[in-house]
Amino acid sequence: MHTNTIAQLVKGLRAGDYSSAELTRFYLDRIKQHQNLNSFISITETQAVTTAQQADIALSKGNAPLLTGVPIAHKDIFCTQGIKTSCGSKMLDNFIAPYNATVVEKLHAAGTVTLGKLNMDEFAMGSSNETSFYGAVHNPWATNTVPGGSSGGSAAAVAARLIPGATGTDTGGSIRQPAALCGITGLKPTYGRVSRYGMIAYASSLDQGGPMTQTAEDAALMLQAMAGFDPKDSTSVELEVPDYSAGLNDSLAGLKIGLPKEFFDDALNSNMATVIESAINEYKKMGAQVIEVSMPNLKLAIPAYYVIAPAECSANLSRMDGVRFGYRCADPADLNDMYIRSRGEGFGTEVKRRILVGTYALSAGYYDAYYIKAQKIRRLISDDFNKALEQVDVIMGPVSPTPAFGIGEKTSDPIEMYLADIYTIAINLAGLPAMSIPAGFIDNKPVGLQIIGNYFAEAKLLNVAHQYQQVTDWHQQTPQGFA
Amino acid sequence: MQWETVIGLEIHAQLATKSKIFSGASTAYGAEPNTQACAVDLGFPGVLPVLNQEAVRMAVKFGMAIEAEIADYSVFARKNYFYPDLPKGYQISQMDHPIVGIGHMDIDINGDTKRVGVTRAHLEEDAGKSLHEDFHGLTGIDLNRAGTPLLEIVSEPDMRSAKEAVAYMRKIHELVRYLDICDGNMQEGSFRCDANVSVRPVGQEEYGTRTELKNINSFKFVEKAINIEVERQISIIESGGKITQETRLYDADKNETRSMRSKEEANDYRYFPDPDLLPVFISEELRAEVKAELPELPQLKRERFIADYKVDSETATNLSSSKELANYFEALVKESGCDAKICSNWVTSDLLGALNKQGLDINQSPVAYQRLAGLLKRIADKTISGKIAKQVFEVMWTSDDDADAIIAAQGLKQITDSGAIEAIIDKIIADNPGQVAQYLSGKDKVFGFFVGQTMQASQGKANPGEVNKILQAKLKR
Repeated sequence: MHTNTIAQLVKGLRAGDYSSAELTRFYLDRIKQHQNLNSFISITETQAVTTAQQADIALSKGNAPLLTGVPIAHKDIFCTQGIKTSCGSKMLDNFIAPYNATVVEKLHAAGTVTLGKLNMDEFAMGSSNETSFYGAVHNPWATNTVPGGSSGGSAAAVAARLIPGATGTDTGGSIRQPAALCGITGLKPTYGRVSRYGMIAYASSLDQGGPMTQTAEDAALMLQAMAGFDPKDSTSVELEVPDYSAGLNDSLAGLKIGLPKEFFDDALNSNMATVIESAINEYKKMGAQVIEVSMPNLKLAIPAYYVIAPAECSANLSRMDGVRFGYRCADPADLNDMYIRSRGEGFGTEVKRRILVGTYALSAGYYDAYYIKAQKIRRLISDDFNKALEQVDVIMGPVSPTPAFGIGEKTSDPIEMYLADIYTIAINLAGLPAMSIPAGFIDNKPVGLQIIGNYFAEAKLLNVAHQYQQVTDWHQQTPQGFA
Repeated sequence: MQWETVIGLEIHAQLATKSKIFSGASTAYGAEPNTQACAVDLGFPGVLPVLNQEAVRMAVKFGMAIEAEIADYSVFARKNYFYPDLPKGYQISQMDHPIVGIGHMDIDINGDTKRVGVTRAHLEEDAGKSLHEDFHGLTGIDLNRAGTPLLEIVSEPDMRSAKEAVAYMRKIHELVRYLDICDGNMQEGSFRCDANVSVRPVGQEEYGTRTELKNINSFKFVEKAINIEVERQISIIESGGKITQETRLYDADKNETRSMRSKEEANDYRYFPDPDLLPVFISEELRAEVKAELPELPQLKRERFIADYKVDSETATNLSSSKELANYFEALVKESGCDAKICSNWVTSDLLGALNKQGLDINQSPVAYQRLAGLLKRIADKTISGKIAKQVFEVMWTSDDDADAIIAAQGLKQITDSGAIEAIIDKIIADNPGQVAQYLSGKDKVFGFFVGQTMQASQGKANPGEVNKILQAKLKR
């Protein structure tokens, strides 16, 4: 049962093979059985059971929306009305959101049943899920390794088949990198494709929500429900949502794949290079054409990102001040003491580090040297991608420089941790859509292939990913102990 | 040494939109605390601002009225600082690309016109209120006001006295109400200002060190605060001291300014473009629409009143001080068909006098222009005298009757029948031989006595012109 994809569950529910109540019970039990992975922060059993019953009634009446009765879970960054929304932080450990994120509303309207809220790096700041107030998440493929981050709970839960699909968010790689490290499919849509309303902001100009699933076909189903213009988000784009499933089976003959030489330089681990090259060979077999492209400014992506994202987060997190919601220190002596201790005690180390970096970068006298410069680099990087995408349909490369690393291995060196996102960050700076799909293993640890497309070309990405999944079975592998 | 004062004002005008600048919550004043603040105003995690286009429209309207450049492209920025009544820890404002650029406002100073430059006007959100009373040493926060749209209007340092500053502030106040973009209510804080004040020796080109006087919410206090600050600065410099650049608060009770924070303590606001909001582009369509909506502006109305109605400049200024008053006056002239001068006299002295006495606005006048016109018609056709008219007006103020009904009911119709007046006068002359003798012996003043007696005997109803004529004939020397 647990190996079923969303597409299969949709069919099974409609065929009456099982009810949503049964499915929900099954997955809830499985989640509890594998709590040692620490992938969930909250399990919303009561609400899930009720929603599943309603889903079954809707299914029996016919005409129910496509995903009716399908269990999913949300990254704990999405506000869920009446349910704790912690964002992985002590700061919001007591925060019950008074409203739903648009993504939550939309998936609810599509009929899904929410089973709970998934663990994540604190305020989505991290690449290993180790910065969570709720503790590290274990990668089901090797439980002493990290699942990646920040959507580590989502990736681990889908990889362990505790849920068939989950939401994630990606600011610098937070969907793609954990998807790669856990051997699942993750899609970061074009900036503006999915509403950010109710998605707790880390870096507003980079954040984008997306689906994390077993297959590209499932990612298409979830994105269909998630995408679209939202009048509550001024940065969401008023553009029609295409049918993401319609072109999944289109032929890839003549597809032009760009390989940035900067992705395949000496810095790329040879094992990783081998996996990526063999994945690209599969595409060649399907009739794709490979073209080398160059993006000279890619090397500037990490420094630019670590100015822009902290700058935005330093302002975004100012509202966590202990005044209206969230953590407030005990017995504050005065206003300043309340601010200093509430924030000092409520935020973890990595969050504080980024707030400090961002505050510094925006300070009088440094703003031009850091923030403005980083914005110029951002433009150059976008231009590089745009130029490359004039020549090719998609760009491919690695997602992560290494497979899953050990828990605790990189926590003492933030710079080394930041380099975990070296292949993903530039895509957020450019605002482009990108996917990570399972493409093989190194030492029994999953490796992801990254596919980057043009603005709003999610359907193309899904088609390219789906075709690969028709000729490979990497995405069907399940970790030992979760089979 | 002779000193020159240099003043620039930053006026905050609350825009009269129905909902807030970045949320759908109501902007109505006076609700129970925190009942008009939604998740967006409260700065909850995950919420996003959506720009109220009505606020943009109002800002454009203001910009056009001061003949300013309207930016093709303007940008919202975050101004970062911590304060309990600032929910997000930053205020959404505008920095590098304000919606309204350089414009100007003309003020009248001792009969001369002076042009004051407006540097810029930008949109921003208001903060909430911190309430320090009634909380036993704690602070209460009311976020009803948080997110209310403000237009911050920044002037050039072009004013040279507190009087000029007040004149400028009044002109801006008059304008925003004309444009229907701000209710101008200063008690409720809908219109308030900060003043940048410095002094320099007369003839010196360089500006002196300035201080910023915060949050002054009446015309009277602006004048007093500036004057007291100027005195303070001059006395410091003259006794060998230096002015510190700082923010000062005006205490109206003590009539003094005191330091709030120095430049060194000033916040670094770390402005940067708000990534949650797209740049605002002002389309040609919007410009055209707003232009078509622009009402006749006060200055033009004033000039037209002088030209068309032949009223003096002071009366014209008075009549055009609000759009509603100007409309009343013009409707009265049209309806009554009377001389505009008579109409303007009635409006500026009798009507405004009565309104002021009760603290009423022209919109609340118990006497609508139609009823006042009815009264003025009776003066014109000599049914009643001007003096009796004032009596009728008083009755009108407290009743719904029109002039004719009151005149009839109280028998106030003027006596124009010369026979009747003659009879009264004959009797008065017969009864007062002494005064007749005095007058005939050359005491002109006594003539007034006879007029008075006649009017009294007729209960004021005798036509004064007729009375004069007959008296003069009867008392011919």
